[in-house]
Amino acid sequence: MAKFQISRRKFLTGASLGVSGIMLSGCDAFDSQLGVGSGLRSFLENANDLTYRAQRLLAGRDALAPEFTEADIRQPQRPNGVTAPDDDVYKGLLANNFADWRLEVTGLVEKPLSLSREQLQNMPSRTQITRHDCVEGWSCIAKWTGTPLSLVLDQAVVKPQARYVMFHCLDTIDRSLSGDIKYYGSIDLIDARHPQTILAYGLNGKPLPVENGAPLRVRVERQLGYKMPKYLYKIELVDGFATVGGGRGGYWEDNGYDWYGGI
Amino acid sequence: MESVARSQSAADPGASASNDKTLIYRQSRWTRLTHWLWAISLFFMLLSGLQIFNARPQLYIGKESGFDYNNTIFAIGAENSDAGPRGYTEIFGKRFDTTGVLGWSGPAGQETSRAFPSWATIPSYYDLGTARVIHFFFAWILTTTLIVWFVASIVNGHLRRDLAPRLDDLKRLPQDIVDHAKLKFHHAREYNTLQKMAYSGVLFVLLPLMIITGLAMSPSMNSVLPFLNDLLGGRQTARTIHFTVMVLLVAFFVVHILMILAAGPINELRSIITGWYRTDPPAQDDKPVERNA
Repeated sequence: MAKFQISRRKFLTGASLGVSGIMLSGCDAFDSQLGVGSGLRSFLENANDLTYRAQRLLAGRDALAPEFTEADIRQPQRPNGVTAPDDDVYKGLLANNFADWRLEVTGLVEKPLSLSREQLQNMPSRTQITRHDCVEGWSCIAKWTGTPLSLVLDQAVVKPQARYVMFHCLDTIDRSLSGDIKYYGSIDLIDARHPQTILAYGLNGKPLPVENGAPLRVRVERQLGYKMPKYLYKIELVDGFATVGGGRGGYWEDNGYDWYGGI
Repeated sequence: MESVARSQSAADPGASASNDKTLIYRQSRWTRLTHWLWAISLFFMLLSGLQIFNARPQLYIGKESGFDYNNTIFAIGAENSDAGPRGYTEIFGKRFDTTGVLGWSGPAGQETSRAFPSWATIPSYYDLGTARVIHFFFAWILTTTLIVWFVASIVNGHLRRDLAPRLDDLKRLPQDIVDHAKLKFHHAREYNTLQKMAYSGVLFVLLPLMIITGLAMSPSMNSVLPFLNDLLGGRQTARTIHFTVMVLLVAFFVVHILMILAAGPINELRSIITGWYRTDPPAQDDKPVERNA
């Protein structure tokens, strides 16, 4: 019995040393393996594909995000990211109240478009009260009005080889050695044609304010906020995004966020 | 572990015969494998989860986060004071100074404003995108493992034999509480009542609730299961429950480790690694546990 007590004491000492060792070195032990492009990280990212496939399988094409009532709108939509673009082109367009702004629809389409604000607003619109979920963890409910993206895509006639819709924006989100980085992002054609995916120009019954993305922003209600670019000026239909930016499909994706923001 | 057991028998030759009889095969390979996969998954999910929390170190009650009104029930942050920056933790409006751990922490002279300290997060530096990759990878492992364990435990009888509550458990409960308080443990084939309650609580309540509240935060899953957030009281309430269950799981972990250390870590570890567990010799115990047989 005495012998066992000693070995237990030794074990306790060893165990507590081991545990505190893990805690101390702990959490930077993995840092070097986790950068974008490293082997371990790429392996772990397979789970993102699994999540994307599983959610597509479960949600299908048309399952709707929950919609709320006017009573649920209790505060202004919280702005995030760039809230006042410092770009000369943008400031010039804003000074003229976006009269010279156009939405270009290009890439893999039969009929490239250049739409003014009025042309967009004269198309059938959809208004929805939805919850905006930021990847950081907060949520905010607001009423969005805009043109269904599917109508714009129909008008441009998407070529069969197109797989993604890429959104190009006017705001500089970051600066690098090779110049300013403008915000950009992409979604698949299933979300692009989802009934709640709109090009929003109205927020809570008023024109979309600058801090929320004027003159036009995307609403993709089954994904997180970083998948809904603001200050939109060009929609490009593409069959892949490996050659654009960092090659991961969007500004935040290039910085390690998952391309699919459904979770 | 086996060699330790053998050397004990050798040191006390008289006891070796009875010892061999008291060594029983207690944990099936399914239980052992899933136990360690949970341990690994929960370790990484905790540390990546704290990193994710750091991106928005507040918890709210309701459908959304109040910015123009207050529905915050928990917050970790930093503020300036006469004595320099201080970290604080606020629970239901009550503020505690947690400088050095929560809100304001780091090596001396290089402290930064961060909710959970860098030793408690993966990666150690602020990186929400990477933490999400890790969190969701292990979420798949954890969920798959839970389903595998559940099916295997129905098939191999673990659920019925070891975890299903019996009338007897209720009768044993007061004595169990007394025994645990005195750190007096009976080493038997069966789990005692408190053990059954703890394990069942984790496996049938806490982990499923963790998965459900996790899914309730997914905007895509909200289109598949729109009633989920209505049941839970809104997405931000679901997030608050998710965090609370994390705290309960950490509490379980601490008690679990303490109980293992108190009950004999070598024997307990051996049973969850090899499956073999040494039960109390019936004759030597002043109060034999007849239910062993």
